[in-house]
Amino acid sequence: MALLQISEPGHTPNPHERRLAVGIDLGTTHSLVAAVRSGVAECLPDEEGHVILPSVVRYLDGGRREIGRQALRALAQDPQNTVASVKRFMGRSLADVADREHLPYQFIDKPGMLALQTAGGEKSPVEISADILATLRYRAEDTLGDDLVGAVITVPAYFDDAQRQATKDAAKLAGLNVLRLINEPTAAAIAYGLENASEGVYAIYDLGGGTFDISILRLNQGVFEVIATGGDSALGGDDYDRALAARVAEQTGVALTTASDKSAFSMAARACKESLSKQDSATFSALLGEQTITQRVARAQFEQATTALTARTITAARKALRDAKLVAADIKGVVMVGGSTRMPQIQAAVGRFFDCEPLNNLNPDEVVALGAAIQANQLAGNRPDGDLLLLDVIPLSLGLETMGGLVERIVPRNQTIPTAMAQDFTTYKDGQTALALHVVQGERDMVADCRSLARFELRGIPPMVAGAARIRVTFTVDADGLLNVSAQELLSGVQAQIDVKPSYGLDDGQIAKMLQDSFSTAQSDMRSRAIAEARLDAERLLLATQTALNADADLLAADEREAVLAVMQSVREVLGSDDPAVIEAACKALANGTESFAAMRMNRGIRQALAGKNIETI
Amino acid sequence: MVDKPLTLASNDFELFAVPARFAQDPAALDARWKELQREAHPDRFAAQGVAAQRQAMQWSVRINEAYQRLKHPLKRAAYLCELAGAPINAENNTAMPADFLIEQMQWREALDDASSEADIARLLEQVNQARVGALQHCEELLDVRHAPDQAVGQVRAMMFIERFSHDVESRLDDFQNPPADMAGTTGQAT
Repeated sequence: MALLQISEPGHTPNPHERRLAVGIDLGTTHSLVAAVRSGVAECLPDEEGHVILPSVVRYLDGGRREIGRQALRALAQDPQNTVASVKRFMGRSLADVADREHLPYQFIDKPGMLALQTAGGEKSPVEISADILATLRYRAEDTLGDDLVGAVITVPAYFDDAQRQATKDAAKLAGLNVLRLINEPTAAAIAYGLENASEGVYAIYDLGGGTFDISILRLNQGVFEVIATGGDSALGGDDYDRALAARVAEQTGVALTTASDKSAFSMAARACKESLSKQDSATFSALLGEQTITQRVARAQFEQATTALTARTITAARKALRDAKLVAADIKGVVMVGGSTRMPQIQAAVGRFFDCEPLNNLNPDEVVALGAAIQANQLAGNRPDGDLLLLDVIPLSLGLETMGGLVERIVPRNQTIPTAMAQDFTTYKDGQTALALHVVQGERDMVADCRSLARFELRGIPPMVAGAARIRVTFTVDADGLLNVSAQELLSGVQAQIDVKPSYGLDDGQIAKMLQDSFSTAQSDMRSRAIAEARLDAERLLLATQTALNADADLLAADEREAVLAVMQSVREVLGSDDPAVIEAACKALANGTESFAAMRMNRGIRQALAGKNIETI
Repeated sequence: MVDKPLTLASNDFELFAVPARFAQDPAALDARWKELQREAHPDRFAAQGVAAQRQAMQWSVRINEAYQRLKHPLKRAAYLCELAGAPINAENNTAMPADFLIEQMQWREALDDASSEADIARLLEQVNQARVGALQHCEELLDVRHAPDQAVGQVRAMMFIERFSHDVESRLDDFQNPPADMAGTTGQAT
């Protein structure tokens, strides 16, 4: 029942050029995929009509796995092999998981990131997340009827570098081309702001299953400027379940010993919590072995058991406001995101603190995915004159360890990204030829209180007296919020560089290995997928270059233009090749061959922006 | 004004097409920043290959850097001095007039002795007044008397004031949010 599409005058899309891109909300408790179709963002349902995919994966022997609803049903009976809330483990080591004794999993302590032992073998949080992402990818491809050019994936604004990198790795593993990682509250603001044509300063209060984010944004003529962001990456709706379960266990005197008992109790707590959002009291009911535990819970009791949790969100909101140099009265509205914001005590606390009615007119479960889809559609180039511009910030300060275990801050939090900031250091010993750099993230003054992101060394500094060398360390944060650090000794020119990846994320080798290990991906599939992806990339690049030529060929001298056409031609010639490496090499040559053209176009764009302004002001 | 081609090496004022002086209109800077980012942000080139992405990243970073410097009065003043060949050299040159240093010491003592939120708020008010005075003086030295070499001393004084007001603010935070409150860190309080 395909509907005929009618496009705006002057905007006739060539159907073959329409590029399919999706937005994915990879959530702690559930995940969604959305796409812009016929100009409207909507969440895509599975065959049974559900848009929500529970973020639960069950691993069985023989490489079998269950994902989503089916896995959720097995949660109580097979908790060890059924992984829920895996988002909490992304980019985290075992020591980071404070409540690990209460969780039913068999953890494996690994450097950088923990892993889980399941009936299907050892699984890293990245692989588990990739299984969820791949499920959504297949759903989108089936629904939309074509391959995706890419996806925008949302992460909590408060995710640090390791957690972001892990998310990007998971997407890669699921065969998704990541157009951009964007922050969940920012995505919600896009969906909300565009829907309501809002202007002014808004707060986004996002209480998800496992994370809490608060962001302060200024919306002005299509520009979404994040002014400050804060939160707590270890606080969410799951904590409310746990608090309620603990309260009932205490009241009934039940000792929860086995993993399945704990799991049954927390599922009962969740159901009870959800009922309490609609009524003043509800029955808590859990089946432990042969015995059924039931207990009547009043909403007031539940609220009392969770007061401290709610207070933590308000403290974080106060801090974000202070960072933004604003007071509660400056906030025009508060957008509520995440299913947990349905709890009446949350609505009340937010209303009290900001002194306004929270905004609930979009489904809090879907709003993040919808915003991501809108951004994905724009990034894929489907709205070349789209006026949406996202100016996001880095959530946590980045710095280096200096003498005495102190942190020297290089990039302060809430800095607009992309950004590059540098600081000069020097040697402290005569004849020192190497410098160890320890990159950390966090707001505390001591290295021990911050998150360690990476360590690397700058070697080959010519011997000099102490204090003579000038070592410039540059932190570059890209539009995904990911960090790259480089160091250079300025007198000798010696350089070192690191993508902040190996210490907490996975390197490309590990990802390649995981791809190979993946039972669902046979060797031949991998190869044909690699070829298909290389071709898709090449075609995209050719199209982009052609578009650039159509617009700005006059910037090039005749011979320069010939040279560009020649490298384009050599890409076309290898498009039919069965070797992805050949296609990639030709693409690389094209990218290199158009570098200076890209620079010239950029200069023209900037000049035009200025020229336009000058005419206006005259 | 736009005759000279813009490059990544253009100075902040050229890039933002505003006169190279201390007095600036924050709203105009903000509008220009967004206008430039609309052209150069990597999101605009997400579908256009590696070369365009790399260029966009460089430009976008450069625009953010310039905006940070232009909108912040102290950074802007220091930058103007530097452009005029009178660098601040904050690390090597800390010589300040005696009366300024005495005032600094009195402030420090007042901060140490402060025992209530009101004490600190009063001190913050004094510091803010000093900041406003220093900014006005700076503007006159740079924009009216065109004496960057004299403005350098004023910029250094403002750096002292800035650092001190940061300390005062964090004391105020301690009063308003006792340090035991760990919200915002990734730790789990159970």
